[in-house]
Amino acid sequence: MEIDDALISRLEKLARLKLDASERADLRNDLNSMLEMIEKLGSAELEGVVPLEYPGKHQAIPRKDEAKGMIPTGEALKNAPEADFPFFQVPKVIKK
Amino acid sequence: MDTFQGIEIDSLSNIREAIKEGVFSLPDLVDHYLATAEKHQDLNAYVSLFSAEAKERANNLQLAFETDPTAAGPLFGAVLSIKDNICLAGAEVTAASKILEGFESLYSATAVERLLEAGAIIIGRTNCDEFAMGSASEHSAYGPVKNADAPDHVPGGSSGGTAVSVQCGSCLIGLGSDTGGSVRQPASFCGLTGLKPTYGRISRHGLLAYASTFDQIGLIGRKAEDLALCLSVMAGPDEYDMTAAKEPLPASEIKKTAGSKRFCYFDFCVDHAGLQREVQDAFRRKLEALKKAGHIVEQVEFPWRDYLVPAYYVLTTAEASSNLSRYDGVRFGRRSPQAKTVEEVFDLSRTEGFGAEVKRRILLGTFVLSAGYYDAYYGRAQKVRRLISDHNQELFQKYDAILAPTSPILPWKHGDKDQDPISVYLADIYTVYANLTGIPAVSIPLERDSESGLAIGMQIMTNQFEEDTLFSLIALENNLPEK
Repeated sequence: MEIDDALISRLEKLARLKLDASERADLRNDLNSMLEMIEKLGSAELEGVVPLEYPGKHQAIPRKDEAKGMIPTGEALKNAPEADFPFFQVPKVIKK
Repeated sequence: MDTFQGIEIDSLSNIREAIKEGVFSLPDLVDHYLATAEKHQDLNAYVSLFSAEAKERANNLQLAFETDPTAAGPLFGAVLSIKDNICLAGAEVTAASKILEGFESLYSATAVERLLEAGAIIIGRTNCDEFAMGSASEHSAYGPVKNADAPDHVPGGSSGGTAVSVQCGSCLIGLGSDTGGSVRQPASFCGLTGLKPTYGRISRHGLLAYASTFDQIGLIGRKAEDLALCLSVMAGPDEYDMTAAKEPLPASEIKKTAGSKRFCYFDFCVDHAGLQREVQDAFRRKLEALKKAGHIVEQVEFPWRDYLVPAYYVLTTAEASSNLSRYDGVRFGRRSPQAKTVEEVFDLSRTEGFGAEVKRRILLGTFVLSAGYYDAYYGRAQKVRRLISDHNQELFQKYDAILAPTSPILPWKHGDKDQDPISVYLADIYTVYANLTGIPAVSIPLERDSESGLAIGMQIMTNQFEEDTLFSLIALENNLPEK
């Protein structure tokens, strides 16, 4: 299979990236080489194999659902590109 | 290389002894490290030094030590660097990405907190590949890191800055992260020892996520004993990371071992198209030396050789595409000044903020997770991971450890592999095994290439949570007569 322009556009949309023409051409090439590499997986004999999700010996360890390590709103907003306490600010969504 | 006031400062025990004897004080040592870091600025190992904070902390720790030497923490005297993807409260952390420009961490990683509680000093944060994606520390918003042994060569990656910070003598130990070899390969390229612990051994809370089922904080240093001590301090469960395991903690000291050990190595570790002759020869010599010393050293077949790197890249890019979706220009990080709409905030902030390598991996990860392709790639890679992990368990029924070269190739010249990302990916073949299976692995210096003088490293891998065995085998290795 090959990654064509239509697929690149779909991936851009899904990944929320907007590539310019030259970047797009470069990435298309790179992605096709990467795809060639991973297509190897198609030849593995995997009938009846259960997928492995976690490499750990044990299941994840849950803790009680209690709020801990809380950060005050002001602190949480400190790294925001734009904020209007107590909110994160983004460009207007609904136009009048 | 690492002497100060006539003392070899390559081990914590030497440093503590010198401070105790009054040869130098901890503030003197910190000044020496800071001066060394400044002197080697051209290597680009650090993205920032915590000079004032480190000096102040050294003064306080020294005073406390003089008041009551018995109360000093186990890491009193240890000065560490941290990779720019590990959080320290109040300090900037950017994962060497423009998208996190100016981001200030609100808390410290659990691992860092434990180091500080034990008396360590953090001297600065180190350069790396953007979001830890790379093998040469060249994909960084701060420019490439240089190998102190040969500055026109790469130091390895992604924790290249961490490795070079230790290599140039500006700290005792460095903290890195290892998703597919990012601690071990730079350690190998810089002639140092690098440890990736068992998956779940150290909490990942406060480590900027790349691939959550692979990432693990690791250590680079000169002496295995110091790495063992730091590991024992950082290890253990953490209520902020449910994958941090409750296994008994590893020992703070290396346990001596004797007698014949059972080692195996995969067929493709001595015979492989991508394996450079210098590395192959050095590894073979080591295998022979081990046999001569009376150990069992056996070659084993590995039927999934060609699936290792593909499975690794499918799974890690998938996880990366999901983990990096949080960088949207809304709540933190950089927002594109061009953005006029919410959609543009997302799209332009990400497009302008991420570098080419990160975009490559996000797009591949998006592809393997997308409708219609999931089963063919992501699902199959997870099944391959199962097969490899089951096989790995069988191996450890028979052997104490697996041996492998760390990298199939020597450090390359800056820019040499820019046009060929795939060849760089394929060079991860010996390191991704430990991340796919979750086992601990260490890279130790093996030899230096007789022509170029560049370092060659070898890995030792043990079963999950068997870091104690791993360290005892390093000690055994170092005790072996050379060749």
